[in-house]
Amino acid sequence: MIINQEMKNHIIKALKKDLRFDGRKKEEFRDIKVEYDVAGSAEGSAKVTIGDTIVMAGIKLGMEKPYPDTPNEGMLMVNAEFMPMASPDFESGPPSIASIELARVVDRGIRESKSIDVKDLCIEPKEKAWSVGIDIITINDGGNLMDAAGLAALAALKSATFPKLNKDGSVDYKEKTDKKLPLVKEPIMVTVHMIGEELIVDPISREEKCSDARLSVSAIDDKTMCAMQKSGEKALTTEQVDKMVKLAFEKSKELRKRL
Amino acid sequence: MSYTKRNDGRKFDEIRPIEAEAGVIKSADGSARFKIGKTVAFATVRGPREMFPRFMKNPKRGVLRVHYQMMPFSGVGDRIRPGPNRRAKEISMVTANAFSEVIDLESYPNSVIDVFIDIPQADAGTRCAGISAAAIALADAGIPMKEMIGSVAVGKVGDKLAVDLDYSEEAYEGGAADIPVAITSRTKKVSLLQMDGDVTREELNELLEKAKVSCAQINDIQKKALKDKYEVKK
Repeated sequence: MIINQEMKNHIIKALKKDLRFDGRKKEEFRDIKVEYDVAGSAEGSAKVTIGDTIVMAGIKLGMEKPYPDTPNEGMLMVNAEFMPMASPDFESGPPSIASIELARVVDRGIRESKSIDVKDLCIEPKEKAWSVGIDIITINDGGNLMDAAGLAALAALKSATFPKLNKDGSVDYKEKTDKKLPLVKEPIMVTVHMIGEELIVDPISREEKCSDARLSVSAIDDKTMCAMQKSGEKALTTEQVDKMVKLAFEKSKELRKRL
Repeated sequence: MSYTKRNDGRKFDEIRPIEAEAGVIKSADGSARFKIGKTVAFATVRGPREMFPRFMKNPKRGVLRVHYQMMPFSGVGDRIRPGPNRRAKEISMVTANAFSEVIDLESYPNSVIDVFIDIPQADAGTRCAGISAAAIALADAGIPMKEMIGSVAVGKVGDKLAVDLDYSEEAYEGGAADIPVAITSRTKKVSLLQMDGDVTREELNELLEKAKVSCAQINDIQKKALKDKYEVKK
């Protein structure tokens, strides 16, 4: 769908009266549903539905050699696939910049919050450590893939359990243990969009397409954030940044309750 | 353990020594070298020129295309594999976004302005040095800009707020927050903002104010670099 200037003006005019297409207020999320263990073969998985948007995340655990510069640490990887099934805008082929950005922003939220203690993943320094691969797959893009992906990744991590580790160091994927991933903190990502001068959360596709700037904030608790990313073409005043951060913190409390 | 004195003896709101020079690459339409501490960035501007590949042409406005890359030998430790990786692609995108506010692309339909940012030597803050260099190079290329842009990383080392973190501070054992920021010179708007590490809202506000001060200092050096190139010598 292509949004023209008239549509954008209309959206801004309506937002000034706190009106949106689906009857929500500017600072209101759509219904959120989190389902756990949706992919049996994965070590952990989750599906997050926000309105029409559906995102799946799966965790695969592997045994690998640690990187030479971090010999006592396990590995963490986040990848995002924007599947052609999810939107007419997504094409198969090499990853788009949007999917790279999403993966890196989710990665930063999880990595910087130290929610997984990577040192706990090390089995034998320099030789063996668990690698945690988080794959985010879009099922349907109805707007706000960013927050849905952040939530799905976290939910999948929460549900993940280690497979059995044989004495010789190989992994028996058929046998799962009760041991959960050591999750210390839970970063919740909320993205605030600016359209014209109006700030909204959880945009639908049409709103997202006329977003002038957005700020994604990963909150560890009610006060501390661990990652941030501004995107979009417009610059922000420091007052606007503060308003967006404040709103993101407020919304993160709501999202946290959904897990 | 607390961080009371900076590793290189700077004050907490002091940026590293800067050298800036415009017009260092003769074949370019505009270019600059920007050195902050041990971090060096080259920015090369080519264009406005006809967009290639053609299907990427935009008949309404020009496209600002940024190519950020670290040179293979620029980091301490392993060789960096050349070619765009995920990190480089993301930095290129946020850098282009940082400039879209100040460049009037509508006057260049069907065209592209290519900005190449290359890092020969890295000691943290490479994307910020790249942006500061690119601003000089764009001005050097004669691209109309509404404002200059200065960029610096602010952050937290241990529990101390600091500007322009170097690598030893970014890797501080007691924890560090790294916040690359770009500020427009006149309206003082934030055109780049990223963060990793732990900060509160109050700390962020304080750090953004510090970034405004540091970026104004960078703006003066950028202006001087341009004047040095263009001023008629007597």
